[in-house]
Amino acid sequence: MNFVYHVEGGDFTNAGSTSSQVKRMLKKIGVSPEIVKKTVVALYEAEVNIVAHAYRGDITVDLEEDHIKIVLDDEGPGIPDIDRAMQKGYSTASQKVREMGFGAGMGLPNIKNNSDSLNITSEVGKGTRIELINYFQ
Amino acid sequence: MTLKEIKDLVQGEIICGEEYLDQQIECVFASDLMSDVLTLKDVNNLLLLTGLSNLQSIRTCEMSDINFLLIVRGKEVTEEMQELAEDNDMVVIRTGFSMYKTAGILYGAGLPAVY
Repeated sequence: MNFVYHVEGGDFTNAGSTSSQVKRMLKKIGVSPEIVKKTVVALYEAEVNIVAHAYRGDITVDLEEDHIKIVLDDEGPGIPDIDRAMQKGYSTASQKVREMGFGAGMGLPNIKNNSDSLNITSEVGKGTRIELINYFQ
Repeated sequence: MTLKEIKDLVQGEIICGEEYLDQQIECVFASDLMSDVLTLKDVNNLLLLTGLSNLQSIRTCEMSDINFLLIVRGKEVTEEMQELAEDNDMVVIRTGFSMYKTAGILYGAGLPAVY
């Protein structure tokens, strides 16, 4: 099953609504609470990243029998140095993002810690693509 | 300690979830940084103290499976926040006390830190 959700950059009111829908879906099909939590924590951080840094993005959720694959594709400034962005504490977030309780340079490390498989690619001036997979067993 | 006892200790007011006030709380985490909250693994019967009162603090609780939230410094809770909290069967309490004072009162009353 495939689901696509659209996310607008700067829309902090709705930041997390996709994660919320995915959480309900995973609970409904009986995925264990631990795996639901790690999946939606990773997704929520990634969704907030689109709202915080990009102009817009699409989140594609591919739900299979034994895993979930989530692809977040955004149009935005991109990440010049992914290795640096993966370091705890490194952040380029605006004051607005910090007021929302994020922007301390923990987003990408949190995503990594909560994903079984993670792939990040980015092109400066174009956007960023995050692919994460979590297995249900 | 029950949420009702916590509410009384911090002279708090119930924003929503009054029907769950007999729930037991076993530990507390205090943070205004939601990414820190999202790192918590075991959140059973955990109370979150925060001075961050916006939709993202409620969303973070939703994603983290945290059902009990105590907002400090008397921050405003909007209708949207309350609706989202109610949708997730959360208890939200607000106190006019500062974070430090609230944490000190609860710790002194025997509620341990989550770590």
